Amino acid sequence: MTDAGYTTGRDLPGAAALAAAVRRGERTARDVVEEHLARIAGADPVLRAFLCVTADAARARADAIDDLVGRGLDPGPLAGVPVALKDNLCTRAVPTTCASRILEGWRPPYDATVVERLLLAGAVPIGKTNLDEFAMGSSTENSAFGPTRNPHDPDRVPGGSSGGSAAAVAAGLVPVALGSDTGGSVRQPAALCGVVGVKPTYGRVSRYGLVAFASSLDQVGPITRTVDDAATVLEAIWGHDPRDATSVPSPPERLGEERESAPGVVRVPPEVSGLRVGVIEELTSMEGVAASVRAAVEAAASALEEAGAKVEHAAVPHARHALSAYYLIAPAEASSNLARYDGVRYGLRIDAPTTEEMTAVTRAAGFGPEVKRRIMLGTYALSAGYYDAYYRRAQRVRTLLIRDFAAAYERFDVLLAPTSPTVAFPLGSRTADILAMYGSDRCTIPSNLAGHPAVSVPWGRGEDDLPVGVQVLAPALGEAVMFRVARAVEEAGPPAPEPPAQGRREVGR
Amino acid sequence: MPERITPDEVAHVARLARLALTGEELARFTADLAAVLDHAAELAALDLDGVAPTSHPLTLRNVTRPDEPRPGLARDDVLAGAPDHEAGRFRVPRILGEDG
Repeated sequence: MTDAGYTTGRDLPGAAALAAAVRRGERTARDVVEEHLARIAGADPVLRAFLCVTADAARARADAIDDLVGRGLDPGPLAGVPVALKDNLCTRAVPTTCASRILEGWRPPYDATVVERLLLAGAVPIGKTNLDEFAMGSSTENSAFGPTRNPHDPDRVPGGSSGGSAAAVAAGLVPVALGSDTGGSVRQPAALCGVVGVKPTYGRVSRYGLVAFASSLDQVGPITRTVDDAATVLEAIWGHDPRDATSVPSPPERLGEERESAPGVVRVPPEVSGLRVGVIEELTSMEGVAASVRAAVEAAASALEEAGAKVEHAAVPHARHALSAYYLIAPAEASSNLARYDGVRYGLRIDAPTTEEMTAVTRAAGFGPEVKRRIMLGTYALSAGYYDAYYRRAQRVRTLLIRDFAAAYERFDVLLAPTSPTVAFPLGSRTADILAMYGSDRCTIPSNLAGHPAVSVPWGRGEDDLPVGVQVLAPALGEAVMFRVARAVEEAGPPAPEPPAQGRREVGR
Repeated sequence: MPERITPDEVAHVARLARLALTGEELARFTADLAAVLDHAAELAALDLDGVAPTSHPLTLRNVTRPDEPRPGLARDDVLAGAPDHEAGRFRVPRILGEDG
């Protein structure tokens, strides 16, 4: 506890403990929500993890949860658990900006499916978190509303694009947040903030109500402080959704066990005995991977071996080309998706004499530099004369990468790699060098191109005492085995460092 | 891989993308796009003969659902988010030419 009365994330009860207390009537959801609102009020002036805090709605919802408990009903596995939502998830009547001026003030007429499902599980949405504009970035510095700061060092980035969600969880402002991951946007900020971040198999979690960036890559995933909490949240939000045509119809398997006293709350067994684990050579030994990050992956591999897994090096040769392919495919899809911001149906409009001119000046005024850059890149890669040389070539490399993974998963159950090549970098240090910034996602992009699940788990501290994440990758629909390995890594590894309290004392420093 | 991208091509792409860019932005994006495309040139060295492109991670088939009527979004809720509307419709500036 600090003298301002705030604790930091690591000491705090997670989602499972909070929900258990609320379900048993030992704590009211209202009390839980008030405590987290106070923590947000204390730390967020420094961190700026939130774009909007929905305090009144959260209080009303918490009272409704307490009413259910009082009447002997079960609000669900996330009873009274405050959750933060990345601000590219549609929330009915609550501003959803994608951290862009072009959507400033827009209030969606519906909730995303993941938001509906969190509500059904008893969760209490408490606010919308900052991101790189339209989820395009690796540092949250591309937000039109200013960057979020890393709770471990406010002069460092929290990663991105789900930087607000990761920072909020790491600082203990919420036990659970949702992010979206198109090229690493859940896993990389989770690694940089010392928390757990999951990208599920493409199609596992509905994209209905997730504002589209790159539709063949986007996937919503949880950010939590423990692997078990991530499993509980994932089981609450996943499953088929007829409103998303790319939703996987097969019913998901369970990720762990649950106690009779706590239905829906998952406990993942850290059992890896007999599992075959491959360390992706191309990503772990890649130039630019920090010594501490490489050491963490190797230490995690050794720990899994000690726990009974069989560990060897794995080859995914085209992983080293994934970055180039991604930065053609993702912008191409983005340029198409973002055509909808035309000044007609929602958000900003800058007046002009004709609709065509209005659209061009509205988009010029409403989009920030990185979004414009990607729209330009994608439009070029799709344009006549360049389609085959760029977009189609990148799609073929995607095929080769998928074949590499298929071959690797004949030999291995899961793969290990770094999440981020480095620990959190200083604000401003990569903004002038787009290739350096894009390189932040080199180790996470391959899973998105393949549509596979992957999770980042904290493994102690690296350079400058900052958190390091280790990534566990699995084949499509392989979440159950991936979570067991993640749980074993969590159990064996040194914990993430504890972020210093960002209390009122530091405001206006 | 094609020749280096030119400022004229970038201006053309900006028109296709409906982005009214400033001269400064055009210069900046010409350099930025060239940097990314130079990096992507490494893909030209790969042997991709006979490799089919992947556009999507799932093998998608036609996805259908029961054809049952159900309510859509309320019109007023949708129009409430629009920059301008009139008589239950989105209102836009002139869409035809000078004499339209």
